[in-house]
Amino acid sequence: MNIHEYQAKELLTKFGADNPRGSVARTAAEAEKAAHDLGTDSIVVKAQIHAGGRGKGAFTNGFQGGVHLCKTVGQARDIADKMIGQTLVTHQTGPEGRLVNQVLVAESVEIEKEFYFAILMDRATGAPVIVASREGGMDIEEVAARSPEKILREAVDPAFGLQPYQTRKLAKELGFAPGQMRAAGKLFAALYRCFISSDCSMVEINPLVLTKGGEVLALDAKFSFDDNALFRHPDIVALRDIGEEDPREVAASKHHLSYIGLDGNIGCMVNGAGLAMATMDIIKHHGGDPANFLDVGGGASEEQVTEAFKILLSDAKVKAILVNIFGGIMRCDVIAQGILNAVKAVKLEIPLVVRLEGTNVEQGRKLLAESGLPIVTATDLDTAASEIVKLAKS
Amino acid sequence: MSVLVDKNTRLVVQGITGKSGAFHTRNCMEYGTNVVAGVTPARGGEKFDDKVPVFDTVHEARQETGCNATMIFVPPEFAADAILEAADAGVELIVCITEGIPVMDMMRVKEKLKASPSRLIGPNCPGIVTPGQCKIGIMPGYIHKPGHIGVVSRSGTLTYEAVWQLTSRGVGQSTCIGIGGDPIIGTTTLDAVQLFAGDPDTHGIILIGEIGGSAEEEAAAWLKAHCDKPVAGFIAGATAPPGRRMGHAGAIISGGKGTAAAKKDALRDAGIAVAETPSTIADTLLAVMK
Repeated sequence: MNIHEYQAKELLTKFGADNPRGSVARTAAEAEKAAHDLGTDSIVVKAQIHAGGRGKGAFTNGFQGGVHLCKTVGQARDIADKMIGQTLVTHQTGPEGRLVNQVLVAESVEIEKEFYFAILMDRATGAPVIVASREGGMDIEEVAARSPEKILREAVDPAFGLQPYQTRKLAKELGFAPGQMRAAGKLFAALYRCFISSDCSMVEINPLVLTKGGEVLALDAKFSFDDNALFRHPDIVALRDIGEEDPREVAASKHHLSYIGLDGNIGCMVNGAGLAMATMDIIKHHGGDPANFLDVGGGASEEQVTEAFKILLSDAKVKAILVNIFGGIMRCDVIAQGILNAVKAVKLEIPLVVRLEGTNVEQGRKLLAESGLPIVTATDLDTAASEIVKLAKS
Repeated sequence: MSVLVDKNTRLVVQGITGKSGAFHTRNCMEYGTNVVAGVTPARGGEKFDDKVPVFDTVHEARQETGCNATMIFVPPEFAADAILEAADAGVELIVCITEGIPVMDMMRVKEKLKASPSRLIGPNCPGIVTPGQCKIGIMPGYIHKPGHIGVVSRSGTLTYEAVWQLTSRGVGQSTCIGIGGDPIIGTTTLDAVQLFAGDPDTHGIILIGEIGGSAEEEAAAWLKAHCDKPVAGFIAGATAPPGRRMGHAGAIISGGKGTAAAKKDALRDAGIAVAETPSTIADTLLAVMK
């Protein structure tokens, strides 16, 4: 789940992580008020969409750029007026672009130095690790590849959390002057609290800046949340903006299915994430292209299978469907019944190959065979994959 | 011979009265697993299927039945607590089937278990089976056959795929371990291959991995230095787009790391035969065992 920049700022502020002053505006009038409240002649207005590359993007109404610096309150209002309700296209949105419903009106700070600062869960140690660098504002992967010595790593003991000595060490190694170390340490500690308390899998601040005025601020924040922990964070769930998501993925998540849209034309429905990936791989191996990753999970119900199948059928790109089930928790007869229900509800006009194995496989195969539907059944994965690729091409 | 579980395993099931817990407990019992107890808080004193005594706590179950392994089917909100309870009661092997446990919870559990003699398998895993002797988990029993191949995998259904291929070719398994697809797990790929390397009755190993993390690379490096048993590997996710979580919380390519290509290279570099498609996993191993 992703959140908007203005929401990230609000979350930072909640945990005491200093960031440039500003607020969200949904109308030109709100933008005018927000700019006025800032009381500065250094204002930035930023279109709020989840995709990156906003500054270089263009609106479909011809207005250029989703990020603008303004000197006056009036300017800020005019810019906001040109953005709100318009569609912004960037290199990450695809040609259809994204509708801008709100803008962030914030103080534009003068930057002395930029840093990179991230907290993430280190799988190798099972504990959080802080990754930081003096090379802020750039692609951290490039920095890591070019000059790995410029990347600092500080492991955090999960039992104790980030200790003050660690924040001092980080501040020192990042080159903060003695007078700024306190502010830097305060920000690092606040970011760590935010990471832990919000069940994040990553908080990335790029850049974290030292301003000409000597403040240490989180200038931009990217959050990744642990989906498994969202049940205990209704406040974070409320930040979800469904308009920013792939409608197929929204439909799938409603039914607790794991779905990711891809570019191919072979719809896949598989149980288990590993087998789902392996099924995509073998389709590719046989010269086909998967239209999606879809894991119906361990204990999916008949209804979930039906919904999963409907999502596949609703995708106009899908020219053939492969169902690959190896039942453990999942029973093959449940899968078969779910498919039959879906096919009854939505007319099946494309080829369908079903490969079933595992718990209650005989009942499952029998249900499909007796349905009288034009379903191709396969008993092994290789045959199923080569068959579906052939059918998708014909 | 086998690793971790055999006919002497005495199993307790935490969450035995829930829908999944009950269904899979019955399957395990049918398979021949010695299920000696169940635990469901506030249901102590009942009998599961008129046979298995149910207790309120794992401590009681341990005291009364001498259970030495547990299978956890507790919902994700409470699963971390269930793991800690089992470890506190001294249960030697903890198999946590539950999917969807918050990573922060597992971080704390992993930290706590460092000082505990208990071994955790999972969470979010199919479990462990020593064919013909003991099945702890949700894998279909009939696909297995007693034999000499050790199987370790991060993915449940993909394990079944590989095991079924072996069994269909008449080749049995010593023990199959599904270690789970989460970012933080108890027993790692490396731990599992070390167990198989030290088991005289395991003659060959199948290692099934997927994108994300570096578990396969670590196991490969160890195998290269310490083990001369034949090993075949498969890595799922060659076609997965970077930055997207592929179902498993642990299956994500981030920062150019954890790609299938890099993992396959690491396996090959360690002398491990790599299966190019999931349908050739068993044949790839059998080819190097000839």
